[in-house]
Amino acid sequence: MAGPAKIDPMHQFQITSLGGGELQASPFMFTNSALWMLIVLAVIVAFMWGGTKRQLVPGRWQTAVEMLTGFLENVTRQSIGPEGRKYLPWVFTAFVFILAANWIGAMPFGIVPGAHPFTVTSQFTVTGTMSIISFAIVLGVGFWKHGLHFFSLFVPKGTPFILTLLIAPIEFVSFMVRPFSLGLRPFIAMFAGHILLEVFGNFVVQGLNAGGPMGYGISLLAFLFVAFVSALELLVGAIQAFVFALLTALYINDAVNLH
Amino acid sequence: MELASAQVIGAGIAAIGVGAAAAGVGFVFGSFLQGALRNPAAAGSQTGTLYIGFAAAELLGLMAFAVAMIILYAR
Repeated sequence: MAGPAKIDPMHQFQITSLGGGELQASPFMFTNSALWMLIVLAVIVAFMWGGTKRQLVPGRWQTAVEMLTGFLENVTRQSIGPEGRKYLPWVFTAFVFILAANWIGAMPFGIVPGAHPFTVTSQFTVTGTMSIISFAIVLGVGFWKHGLHFFSLFVPKGTPFILTLLIAPIEFVSFMVRPFSLGLRPFIAMFAGHILLEVFGNFVVQGLNAGGPMGYGISLLAFLFVAFVSALELLVGAIQAFVFALLTALYINDAVNLH
Repeated sequence: MELASAQVIGAGIAAIGVGAAAAGVGFVFGSFLQGALRNPAAAGSQTGTLYIGFAAAELLGLMAFAVAMIILYAR
């Protein structure tokens, strides 16, 4: 049923230029996506800078930063082994960036008129680039450490020769699909969650406009649902960041410890 | 058939995938709980695997939802 008020949930994902008219033709536009990426970066830098003052007795802030770094070191050590520390910087960067972008995008900045919060990770260009970086690290480390022997990744140990002909192509395809599924996951989670919020937020307004006990009831139900989904969005944002970091560590483990 | 009604029907069919993903997520957590209650000592080390399974099942449901919304609103 198309109501009089058009719902357009795709509008929030539009990238617009903030630079002004003469920059329209340039490929180096300063967009709202770039602005919110810089905001995410500023938040991360402020958080890490405030917590790394090397106090002898850590305060609350430093404890928070230490818990974060300790948690990710644990992830890399458990999946890659003692060599995992070398790959901690990228795993940490990916986790913290995706987490901060997801959470900042879910914050209700929209109550300030004119402020449009923009979830950076709701663009496949961003998450896809990050997954390609992960994939490039896997390929680089694999070929650097093992040379052409890296191709034995596609042949599990102890496979009969006849089965190798069948298994190697399957393993190859599943290996090549990894960057897509890795980048698609955080993107689609944020995309779907924000559409859901937008659609049910519209139901609140339409219910209020319709009036009557039915309209107000639907409005209240939709509002409760929006509140619930917002909480779920925070959880999903954290889980997606964790899954990205964990899968990156597992893929690097494949390349470091070849079988 | 008009485009608008075809869109609504298509979105409804696409939304079936969300329910299927709900079954998948329930199966993931249910199986984990079954295993965890049999051997609670090993459960803590497997939460990472649990969340990978959760994310894999959840992704497909979210994709179905996104497809439904794209059918409905994108033109």
